[in-house]
Amino acid sequence: MEYKISNRLRMGAIIMMVLGLMGVGYGFIDSHGYTEENITEKLAAEHHGHGDAHATESHANEHSDSAHGEVASHDEEAHGGLTQHEEHALHQIHNRPWSALYVGAFFFFMIALGVLAFYAIQYAAQAGWSPVLFRVMEGITAYMLPGAIIVLLIAVASGTIGHYNIFVWMDPDVVAHDKLIQGKSGYLNITWFTIRGIIFISGWALYRHFSRKFSIAQDSADDNRNFKKNFRISAAFLVFYIYTESMMSWDWVMSVDPHWFSTLFGWYVFASMFVSGITVIAMITIYLKSKGLLEFVNDSHIHDLAKFMFGISIFWTYLWFSQFMLIWYSNIPEEVTYFVTRIEHYKLPFFGMLAMNFIFPLLLLMNSDYKRINWFVIMTGIVILCGHYLDVFNWIMPATVVDRWFIGMPEIGAILLFGGLFLFIVFTALGKAPLLAKGNPFIKESEHFHY
Amino acid sequence: MEASKVIHAIYTDDDVLMSAVKKVKAQKHHIEEIYTPFPVHGLDKAMGLAPTRIAITSFLYGCVGLTVAIVMMNFIMIKDWPQDIGGKPSFSYLENMPAFVPIMFELTVFFAAHLMVITFYLRSRMWPFKKAENPDPRTTDDHFLMEIAIHNNESELTSLLEETGAVEINIVDKDEDAH
Repeated sequence: MEYKISNRLRMGAIIMMVLGLMGVGYGFIDSHGYTEENITEKLAAEHHGHGDAHATESHANEHSDSAHGEVASHDEEAHGGLTQHEEHALHQIHNRPWSALYVGAFFFFMIALGVLAFYAIQYAAQAGWSPVLFRVMEGITAYMLPGAIIVLLIAVASGTIGHYNIFVWMDPDVVAHDKLIQGKSGYLNITWFTIRGIIFISGWALYRHFSRKFSIAQDSADDNRNFKKNFRISAAFLVFYIYTESMMSWDWVMSVDPHWFSTLFGWYVFASMFVSGITVIAMITIYLKSKGLLEFVNDSHIHDLAKFMFGISIFWTYLWFSQFMLIWYSNIPEEVTYFVTRIEHYKLPFFGMLAMNFIFPLLLLMNSDYKRINWFVIMTGIVILCGHYLDVFNWIMPATVVDRWFIGMPEIGAILLFGGLFLFIVFTALGKAPLLAKGNPFIKESEHFHY
Repeated sequence: MEASKVIHAIYTDDDVLMSAVKKVKAQKHHIEEIYTPFPVHGLDKAMGLAPTRIAITSFLYGCVGLTVAIVMMNFIMIKDWPQDIGGKPSFSYLENMPAFVPIMFELTVFFAAHLMVITFYLRSRMWPFKKAENPDPRTTDDHFLMEIAIHNNESELTSLLEETGAVEINIVDKDEDAH
């Protein structure tokens, strides 16, 4: 019943973090190679790099001509600074490692927060099927606090240490020339942003701390007092959560496009974190079962988790489409620009994500029998997780790097870094308590759960 | 038409019925039919009934509904009477597709749900003006009835069913033509 993180898993997680750090470091060093002095040449080289692919004999002349032309224009501008295009490109190149780091951090944090909400719902609903999975969920939510702090720190650092690399509204220069952001600056300013972030995180962390404490205490208790306390704080947490999660999604995600807003954005982000979280519960449960642990978890539990993966994937699509269709149909410039950017520059991740988050789970998990085939659930889970990583990618990147996106070293580095940290923290936490919450009053019902 | 003899065992509790079904199946007798006042969870598995294929029909009906929606919207909105709605002229199905998604979704659900229910009724041999097959009206109230065909083993079956807790055992001639 007891689980201890294996040395291989711990080493694997540490190696992931080290490799990830190298990737992230490379991203920052590489982007710092682009400066105001050399941006003009680098952009020109980039341009010719593309040109070379279609090179013909006449190319040599063309090359020297344009090189001369650019040198000349560069001389002229030496005092006046960079062209607007160059300035934008430079800023986007500098934004990329920050945004990549932020996307990776947010993705893994969102999994833990989604699981925390799922866990609270199980308590508040007094669900009978799920208590055998509680320790797995508690293990995953151990990442919530460090994950959330990392996200908030990156966000604040991008506006203090960095050069306003994720949120343009943090840049006083931008705000000075932007009437719309000025109007929102009472809400969107770094101090208030940080205070809100701390309030959200402390509320979630308090619930996670006490629910875990009561859950452990219930193991050895001879009455149901701890369970009842957990029921009450879970109901209270859910109220707190649905407000703060929504505000968090405005602050940490939607405000990267400070002109744009969508009223169901909070729900949409919630659906993403919920389905990713449930997927990770299913995957870790299946992993632990394959190690011969969790023998009290049967096919019906996996079946129910897979039903949630299927259902919430469709729920996510419903919200995504509800947001998309209204904006697409009304075609109001200030709103529709959000999707124009994405469809113009992010065709593959934008539509690819739709296939991965909707069509794959819909077709793969539709058949009832497939929901209890473990490897099938794992394969679908991998597609869903990749799809929701792309979802986060599509939230942040179009606002910060526009068309200069790629899933390369900085992005994969961030995934490895936070993925390694996630595995390390989650599996260490799983080893800290028995895997069966044996004192839970519904544990017998859950063990005998059968669909 | 050949008339066959069947045995009707009546129970008053679903738990007793379930254990009776298991005992009868263990003795390798074939249970023709069971009439219950409400669905008894797990009864189909205990009786050894083949898993239902209604989900497959539902999927196929859903596909039909989706196709109907696409063809219908394409005819109405693109071919027959194209309009310019909100600056989006209807000249291409693909470009106007987001506007049709709600209809595609609704018709998929509509076809899948309704045709599945109709299929279920027909498959259960319940059509309008059908005479009830129910052999004993008490099974619509609080009694459960198990029907087993007799093949020269009347006494053996009777004693077995009495052991399983049947409150009443009747032997009836069943006219195969009745339904």
